[in-house]
Amino acid sequence: MNFKKLLMISAVVIAIGAVGIFAADHIDAPAVEGTSTDITDLYSFRSPANNSNLVFAVNTQGLMDPAATQNATFDENVMIEINIDGDGDLIEDQVIQVVFDDGEAYAYGPAAPLTTGTSGRVNLDAPRTKVKITGAGETANVGTNNGVSLFAGPRDDPFYFDFVRFQDILAGNESQFRDPGQDTFAGTNVMAVVIEVPKSQLPSPSSGKLNVWATSNTAQ
Amino acid sequence: MKNIKLYTLLVLTSSLLLIGCGNNNNSNPPVSADTQFSQSDQVGRPAINTVFVTGGNNKNAFNTTIPGNMETAYQQSFEDRLLALNPNYTQNALGQDATTFTTLLSNDVLNVATSGVTTFFDGQNVLTGNNLSDDEIDVELLLIFGGPDGSENPGLTSDNVDSNDRQFLNTFPYLAPDHQ
Repeated sequence: MNFKKLLMISAVVIAIGAVGIFAADHIDAPAVEGTSTDITDLYSFRSPANNSNLVFAVNTQGLMDPAATQNATFDENVMIEINIDGDGDLIEDQVIQVVFDDGEAYAYGPAAPLTTGTSGRVNLDAPRTKVKITGAGETANVGTNNGVSLFAGPRDDPFYFDFVRFQDILAGNESQFRDPGQDTFAGTNVMAVVIEVPKSQLPSPSSGKLNVWATSNTAQ
Repeated sequence: MKNIKLYTLLVLTSSLLLIGCGNNNNSNPPVSADTQFSQSDQVGRPAINTVFVTGGNNKNAFNTTIPGNMETAYQQSFEDRLLALNPNYTQNALGQDATTFTTLLSNDVLNVATSGVTTFFDGQNVLTGNNLSDDEIDVELLLIFGGPDGSENPGLTSDNVDSNDRQFLNTFPYLAPDHQ
């Protein structure tokens, strides 16, 4: 969860204080710009369907209610990148780069990046998987190529947290969590990119563990 | 007229063939090979920036700091933040003192095992990935507030939200369908 999401949630908290009710459709992202670059969370796990694969899920544009989800899109100027370090030096050895164009999502990789660090280009020579972006309420489209599966579109936000209460605790207004808690993210959607990759296409870490992080990147 | 169309078609076809040569993808990439992208946001473990970085400018800077520079730039402020959140912190349930714990956290990447189970914490395995169903926030709260045996600050070691509001899928793409 990042700064922009925090700002949005803070806006919700303020709205609750001001209006006294929680109504997600009242959130219209006031004062928050560029939310298309907002990554909410990263998940990285062994495939429930195939022990030989790893799954990476990068969620963006959090706290969307169903109405907002109808019009949600991926930004064609934003590239989502999954960074994978295999040798433990915290520098990406492989990347999967996802871009969006004309209703399709394209994942390039896993492959060595052209450059490491906070700026770079898309490695168009990397193996490519493509999928039609799934629309709101639609059955998931799945693209496959070379053992890689790709999904892009709206999904339920898998993150759960009584974030509103946590904010109250941090602000000194409450001393402990409530029981039961209230999931601040219940009923909300994210724009998700999910990629499943054979482990054989990833580095073999000497430590037994990869280091993985996700970034959003804006075309200059 | 017909000839012009035919000529246009021929030109188009040949140019497509030319572009197609030497490219293992299709002839019309979704993005130019020359387009430079610059990093806007970055996420490793859940809620690290949210909890451990204070101040808007710092939060923005954290998002554009490469992981290899994070420990140098943020470990001390993370340790200060940890001790502000929990002034009585000595060790967590992993036996880590404040410096060790915040050194781990300041390197904000997900550790993902390439063999065996992946989990944020399942009672046996620690930080080998994160499943959609993992109660990551409770793990982090327990490590921040729970002390060496997890029993300290009982009102702060769980948010009492123990699962997602929708069932996850056993098949790709695993995340639950969007709310309509």
